[in-house]
Amino acid sequence: MALLQISEPGLSTLPHQHRLAVGIDLGTTNSLVATVRNGISVVLNDEQGRLLLPSVVRYLEDGSVQVGESAQAAQNLDPSNTIVSAKRFMGRGLKDIGDVSGSPYRFVDIPSTGSGQAPGMVQLRTVAGVKSPVEVSAEILKQLRARAEASLGGELVGAVITVPAYFDDAQRQATKDAARLAGINVLRLLNEPTAAAIAYGLDNASEGVYAVYDLGGGTFDISILRLSRGVFEVLAANGDSALGGDDFDHRIYCWLLAQNELPPLNPHDTRLLLTRARAAKEELTEHAETRITAVLSGGEIIDNLLTQQVFHEMTRNLVSRTLQPLRRALRDAQLTVEEVKGVVMVGGATRMPQVQRAVAEFFGQTPLTNLDPDKVVALGAAIQANVLAGNRSGDDWLLLDVLPLSLGIEIMGGLTEKIVPRNSTIPTARAQEFTTYKDGQTAMSVHVVQGERELVADCRSLARFELRGIPPMVAGAARIRVTYQVDADGLLSVSAREMSRGVEAHITVKPSYGLSDEEVTRMLAESNAHAADDMRARALREQQVEARQLLEAVQNALDEDGTALLAPDERAAIQDGMAALGAVLPGSDLPAIKRAVSKLNELTVAFAQRRMDNNVARALGGKKLSDLEM
Amino acid sequence: MAAPVFDPTQDFFQLLGIPARFQIEGALLDEHYRALQSQVHPDKFAHQTEAEQRLAMQWATRVNEAYQTLRSPLNRGRYLLKLRGVDTQEETNTAMPVDFLMEQMERREAVEEAARRSDVDALDALQRRLQSDTRSLQQQLALQLDDENHYNPAAAAGTVRKLRFMEKLAEEISAAFDEIDN
Repeated sequence: MALLQISEPGLSTLPHQHRLAVGIDLGTTNSLVATVRNGISVVLNDEQGRLLLPSVVRYLEDGSVQVGESAQAAQNLDPSNTIVSAKRFMGRGLKDIGDVSGSPYRFVDIPSTGSGQAPGMVQLRTVAGVKSPVEVSAEILKQLRARAEASLGGELVGAVITVPAYFDDAQRQATKDAARLAGINVLRLLNEPTAAAIAYGLDNASEGVYAVYDLGGGTFDISILRLSRGVFEVLAANGDSALGGDDFDHRIYCWLLAQNELPPLNPHDTRLLLTRARAAKEELTEHAETRITAVLSGGEIIDNLLTQQVFHEMTRNLVSRTLQPLRRALRDAQLTVEEVKGVVMVGGATRMPQVQRAVAEFFGQTPLTNLDPDKVVALGAAIQANVLAGNRSGDDWLLLDVLPLSLGIEIMGGLTEKIVPRNSTIPTARAQEFTTYKDGQTAMSVHVVQGERELVADCRSLARFELRGIPPMVAGAARIRVTYQVDADGLLSVSAREMSRGVEAHITVKPSYGLSDEEVTRMLAESNAHAADDMRARALREQQVEARQLLEAVQNALDEDGTALLAPDERAAIQDGMAALGAVLPGSDLPAIKRAVSKLNELTVAFAQRRMDNNVARALGGKKLSDLEM
Repeated sequence: MAAPVFDPTQDFFQLLGIPARFQIEGALLDEHYRALQSQVHPDKFAHQTEAEQRLAMQWATRVNEAYQTLRSPLNRGRYLLKLRGVDTQEETNTAMPVDFLMEQMERREAVEEAARRSDVDALDALQRRLQSDTRSLQQQLALQLDDENHYNPAAAAGTVRKLRFMEKLAEEISAAFDEIDN
C-alpha cells in the first residue's frame, strides 16, 4: 500500500504546485497585468472584459480613490485631482519636469534636504492631501493586483514589473517603492524593450541582432539585443525618459491654442483640449484628416480641421528626436544598420504612420508589428515572472540586461568620474579606493551620480553619503574601499570598508527620491482607515508566505543535493531549523517567525555555496572548481 | 568536506575555462560565458533562499567582470600581464616614444576639428584608421605575450600603454559623434 504523504497544515505545498506570478506593464497611459496560463502568456481582463487599465487615478474629497476608466471619465470634470501620466513624475524633482504651465496639476516642490543635496521627488496637491507619484502609481498597482488575484483565485507570489530601459536609479527605485506600497513582492524590475523581445523571441524562435523601438505614452527606449540559442543579450540601450505619445498630444494642443489665439487656459479647459488632441492623434492614424471640436468653459467654440500632413509636420522633430538615441545605441553596440535583422515596434505611439515610416527608413526594412504593441511588454513580463517564480524548471533561456546610464562620482571641480560605464551587463560591481587628505581625518563624503555628462550638475544626483568612523591616521594612510554593486534590477547599492582595520560600513543608496521604510509605513497608514490592524495582519501574512517559500526552497535543495553535499550533522542542523520554523509558522507571533526565517537562512549559507559551486562546475563540463585552482 | 567559498581572487581565465593566452578563441569564450551565466545568474535563483540569491549575484557579477575583461583585447592584455606580475603603469609611466605622442596629439586635434565642423565623414575616416592601427598593435601584443621567440613582457606593457591611448581616442571619437547627434 502506498503511503499517503501528509504535510503539516499550512506548511508544505505540493511539489509542483503552480505559483501565481504576474507580469505588470506599469505604463504612462495604460497599465496591464498578464500571466502564464497553461503555458501561454495572456493579459488578464477586468469584470467588464477590459484589458487596458488607464493609468489614471482620481482622489476624492472623502478620501476614496478611483482608478482606471472611472477616473479617466472624470478627468475633464476634476482635472487637478485626477492624475494622468504619473509615471512622468516618478523619481523626478519639479525642475526635471520642465514647463508645467500647461499642466492642470498643483505641483508641490520638495526642497532639498541639505546643501548640495538634490531636491526631493515632486508631489501633487489633491483634494485628499498631498500625494507623491509613488502613491499614485501604487494605486494603479493595487488595482492590477486585485484584478490578478480575483482572476487567478489566490495570493500572488510576486510580480515582474516593467520599467523603461532608460529609467535611471531614482526612477527604478520609485517604481519598486510603489510596488512595495501596493503590497507586491517584486521578483524583478524588467526593462520594457527586453520584455517585448522575450515575447517576440520566444514566439518566433529568432536568432540574430534585433532592435526594439519602444515609444510609449511618456517614454522612449531603444534596445539592441542579440538572440542566440535561448540567450537574450542586450548589447546597448538608449532612449529618452521624457519623450512619448503625450508630447504628440501636446503639439496638437499648442497648435489649437495658436489657431484660436487662446490665452493660457484653466485646468478644466487644458484637460479638455488635451483629451481632444489625443483623440485627434489616434484618428489620424487611420484617416487623412480629423475635425477637432470643443466648447470651452467661457463659451468659446473650438472647431478646427487637422490634416495628417500638418500633424506630421508639427511632430517631425519629435520623431527625429527618437533617431538620435537609435544611432547612439548602434554605435555603443558597434553595429551598423545592415547588421540588424529585425526591428520590433512596441508601445501605442508606434501606431502613428509617421513613426513607422521613419523607423522603416532608418533601418531599411519594415518593422515587425505582429504582436499588439500595447500588450507585448506585459506578455513578456509574465513569461519572465513565471520562470522567476520557479514554475518552469526545464527552461534554459537566459536574459542578460544592461545598465542604461553610467554611474559616477563627483571629483574635484564639480566633474564626474565614471565608475560603471553605461551598457555594462548587470549584475555588475566596481570597487574604488580612497584615502584621507588630512591628518586625523575621520570622515569623508562621496557623491554618486548617474548620467553621461561631464559636469556633476548635468547628471542625476543619486546619493550623497558620508563614511564615518575612519580611524584617525596621517593623511594618505587610511585606505577606504568603496564597492558599487548594481543588482539584476539595475539598482545600485554601495558598501565601504576601511582596509587597514577591516571596518565595514554598508550603505544602500537611497536616492534623494527614494522612500525610507518609515515613509512607506506612514503612507500605508494614511491610505488605510484601519491601518494598524490591517498592516499587522498583512505583515504576518507576507512573512508567512516568505517562510513557506523558504521552506519549499530548502526542501527542494535538500532533495536535490542534500545527500551529496551535506554531512549528516549539517543536514540535521538544517532540518532542525526547518522544523523550528514549521512550528512557529501557523501562529501569529511575527517576530518569532522572522527569527526562525533568518536562522534558517543562516544555516543554509554553506550549503548554498556548495550548490552554487556545483552549478559552476556543471557549466564548465564536469570540471570541479578545485581542479581549476592553481 | 571543506565548503568551496565564493572566491573573488580566482583568475578569470580559470573561471571561464579558457587557456591563459592573449590570443583566445572568441566563440569559446562566449560559449563558456553563457553556460556559466545560465548556472549562476540571479534569475535562476529568484525563488530560492536569500543566501543563494546573494551568492548568485556575486557569482554573476564576477562572471560578468571576467567576461568583460577577457573580451576586450586591451583589458585582456593588461590582465594577462598583471597575472604575470607586470604592472602596465598606465597612469605613471609617461615615457612614451616621442613620435607616437606627436601622432596622438595630431589625431586628437583632427578629431576636435572634425567635431567642430560636424564632419561625420572625417570622423569616420579617423575611426577607420584608428581601428586599423589598433589591430596592428594587438597583433604585436600577441607576439610579445604568446610567442616563445618574441616573449617580452616589458615591451608588451609598452604596447598596452599605446593601446590605452588608442582607446581614449576611440572614446573621444565616439563622444564627438554623440555631440553631432545632439
